[in-house]
Amino acid sequence: MNFLLEIGTEEIPHWMIPGALIQLSAMDLFGATPEVDATPRRLVIRASNVAERTPNQELTITGPPISAGEKAAAGFARKQQVDPGTLIQIGDYFALHKQIPGRAVRDILSETLPSTILGIQWPKTMYWVGGKTGPRFIRPIRWIVALFDDEVIPFEIAGVKSESVTRGHRQLGSFGIPVTFANYESELRKNFVILSADERRQKIVTEITQLGAKPDADLIETLTFITEYPTAIRGDFDSAYLDLPAEVLTTVMRHHQKYFSVESADGKLAPHFVAVMNTNGDPEGLVKRGNERVLKARFNDARFFWDVDQHKKLADRVEDLSHVTFQAKLGSYLEKTNRIVKLVEELGGDGHAQRAAYLCKADLTTEMVKEFTDLQGIVGGLYARHQGEPEAVAKAIYDHYKPLSMEGEIPSTLEGQIVALADKLDTLRGCFAVGLVPTGSKDPFALRRAAQGVVKILVEAKLEYKLDDLANGELKDFLLDRIKYYFREIRGFKYDEVNAVLASGVATLENLEARLEWLAKVRPTDDFEPLAVSFKRINNILKQANFASDGEINVALLEEGPEKDLYDAYWQVGAFDSLAESIASLRPRLDRFFDKVMVNVPDAVIRTNRLTLLHKLLSKFSTVADFSEIVTSGEQE
Amino acid sequence: MDSFQQTVFKLKRYWDERGAIIQEPYDVEVGAGTMCPETFLRVLGPKPYRVAYVQPSRRPADGRYGENPNRLYKHMQLQVILKPSPDDILDQYLGSLEAIGLDLSKHDIKFEEDNWESPTLGAWGIGWQVMLDGQEITQFTYFQQCGGIDLDLVPAEITYGLERLVAFLQGVESVYDIEWTRGVKYADVRLADELQFSVYNFEMANVDRLWRLLGEYEAECKELLAAYETYPTLGVSTLQPRRFPLLAAYDQVLKCSHLFNLLDARGAISVTERVGVIKRVRDLAVGTAKMWADQQA
Repeated sequence: MNFLLEIGTEEIPHWMIPGALIQLSAMDLFGATPEVDATPRRLVIRASNVAERTPNQELTITGPPISAGEKAAAGFARKQQVDPGTLIQIGDYFALHKQIPGRAVRDILSETLPSTILGIQWPKTMYWVGGKTGPRFIRPIRWIVALFDDEVIPFEIAGVKSESVTRGHRQLGSFGIPVTFANYESELRKNFVILSADERRQKIVTEITQLGAKPDADLIETLTFITEYPTAIRGDFDSAYLDLPAEVLTTVMRHHQKYFSVESADGKLAPHFVAVMNTNGDPEGLVKRGNERVLKARFNDARFFWDVDQHKKLADRVEDLSHVTFQAKLGSYLEKTNRIVKLVEELGGDGHAQRAAYLCKADLTTEMVKEFTDLQGIVGGLYARHQGEPEAVAKAIYDHYKPLSMEGEIPSTLEGQIVALADKLDTLRGCFAVGLVPTGSKDPFALRRAAQGVVKILVEAKLEYKLDDLANGELKDFLLDRIKYYFREIRGFKYDEVNAVLASGVATLENLEARLEWLAKVRPTDDFEPLAVSFKRINNILKQANFASDGEINVALLEEGPEKDLYDAYWQVGAFDSLAESIASLRPRLDRFFDKVMVNVPDAVIRTNRLTLLHKLLSKFSTVADFSEIVTSGEQE
Repeated sequence: MDSFQQTVFKLKRYWDERGAIIQEPYDVEVGAGTMCPETFLRVLGPKPYRVAYVQPSRRPADGRYGENPNRLYKHMQLQVILKPSPDDILDQYLGSLEAIGLDLSKHDIKFEEDNWESPTLGAWGIGWQVMLDGQEITQFTYFQQCGGIDLDLVPAEITYGLERLVAFLQGVESVYDIEWTRGVKYADVRLADELQFSVYNFEMANVDRLWRLLGEYEAECKELLAAYETYPTLGVSTLQPRRFPLLAAYDQVLKCSHLFNLLDARGAISVTERVGVIKRVRDLAVGTAKMWADQQA
């Protein structure tokens, strides 16, 4: 049997659609695989080979105990709607085998589809009929197509009855289009709806590329789910606007207008843009002209902001930051600025870094940043350069919000790195101090991102600050979480390697990275895993013996043979860079030691001496990694 | 080509044909058409209502001395409230664009997510900004809550930004070049307001007196709200409970809100004060809304 469900809605926010499709693709369709697709106005599930009926089932139902008598048995039979004669006895109970006939899947779907549809989880929902007790969905549901082998599966949601009639594109398509499973997609296409997101995406990519646009994956994705029939057009703007910084022009085009920018052969911005319409063409050039007009107004605004902003230099704006709230409990951005300057000094930032720290938030008072908030920092950097600040200062301001994401670049200069680090650390310390700690998915101050930035800068810029000097307590734990995340998810180290290295303590992140790289390198060598197993064993022995000794090894008490050999090997364990070779020589000796030598001997003096040897051996490695954290092949991951 | 006022006539006519009361602008300063009692109070309670009106909306901080071609201290909104929202509301809305001369088959229309929230009114809703060839021309909202009260009948609110829309239709780059009526430009009618009120709002408004006025209007509102609690339910007329002047209390809320905006434009509200003043206004708005819902029940 074929199955088609189309949930017709008003325009769903583009970024929520893929998540809804993932949920719908998990729908139980009686053995068939659901195929899902969507436009902003419709969520669609299709499947072929859906069972017509569920199979018949035989159930065994247990009734009252036999001791309850015939009367109870009769009551049980009546309730189950069977002849008392068909009851059987299982053990001490009456029972019956009941034949449950299979059901028509269409009937089942007609009962379950409403809750399946309303059960989709959305980031934010609304009600539209029946007040707050009415159904909730992302946007109002306006029509529903539900077909089972082209017969309507009857149900109703919020007053909308399922039917076999869909709707086309808002402006170009028909309002009532009868469809079948077979012609559904082609009927939509005739009515200017491209159902397949892949096809819309491909159409966008092909057309914008032909028009010379610089592809932008996020924007392509947005436009794919904001259109039912995407068509790209190219527009132009006066090249006089190219005087404005490319960052500003690109932000206006991309973030405010959802346009792609166009670059000339030398990589500079060209005075064109590419827009993606939700319609099939622009034969009279009306859409092109409209968009050009809007863009011109936007660029004029930007130019107006740039000119107005130059009336007051960044340095003269710093005091105005007392009027800009950073966070209610943490005061204004002026207070934050003063803290960042001090922190940059403590971190050893030079004069340029300190100047950049002093100026870095001043652009928050500019018209440009008030209008284009995602250009904060960048605008400050551009203005600083324009106003004659040294290049190192301008660059540090420009970069100090970086990295913007886990994949993003860190600031490119030391001054920028230090200012960025100080800014983020100040936010983290401040928020943690007043109890604004992220919980679950709630992180209104983007502290995870700030912490991630701290970690990324420390590691990738190879800055030699010790973690303990930067954070302690709850904040240190929070940073440790981010450190784990960074090395596992971004750098691809195995989780047990990260745990092993962290268990040996953290000084600088540069050192942590070196130890981790070492561990990942020696891990595949033949001797490593057996050694790790032995180290676990040592750990257990020491733990069981409650061993805590700072004593020395008494060489005179060592037995010739395996014990003495192990002691010699212990001495040969060298510094960090030669640890790899030590593993090779240590491993057979340690094996032999455990094979031949008894640690828990009755003689307390000998026992302590042997435990001391093992303890010292473990300590030599424990500055690098705690091998007992390594998951070996004998253990379950 | 239609003039500014002809376009307004056509929109009013369109919504008149769809059963809306055509109201005139409210006569107390508001920052948006939503704040008018015709929206803020009427969306409360179980009674269906349809209304459309042009509302001049004052936003002191947005003034640009008449120098910026697209930003105004006072702009005009055409506000439409349909309570409850009809099923074909978006089609009706698109129909209104055709009614003012747009051939939609030749234009690009997109509905982009834009949810609306007003902390001072304790109100929020779900909706879109409507983009016409890349220009935002309308804010569309399904109200969910107003004055802190969950709404019984979800209204659709359509807010047309008239200057933007007409500038688009007339193909002019500055709102001041819009033809208001034959031979009269927008600048002829409105430029003086923009210039003089920018000077007043940013430079000359007496901050101390504004603070005092804010306190006075707040006190008046509070006094009324307190009196509602003890107002006798029985009296000379069966309409006794309905006599209580909550509409007057609400005017005080609007006065406070406007004074807050003025003080803000004047740079007179410090960081620490800001949250507090917003809360003062919200408490008045929410209090009035609750009592209004109670009075109308």
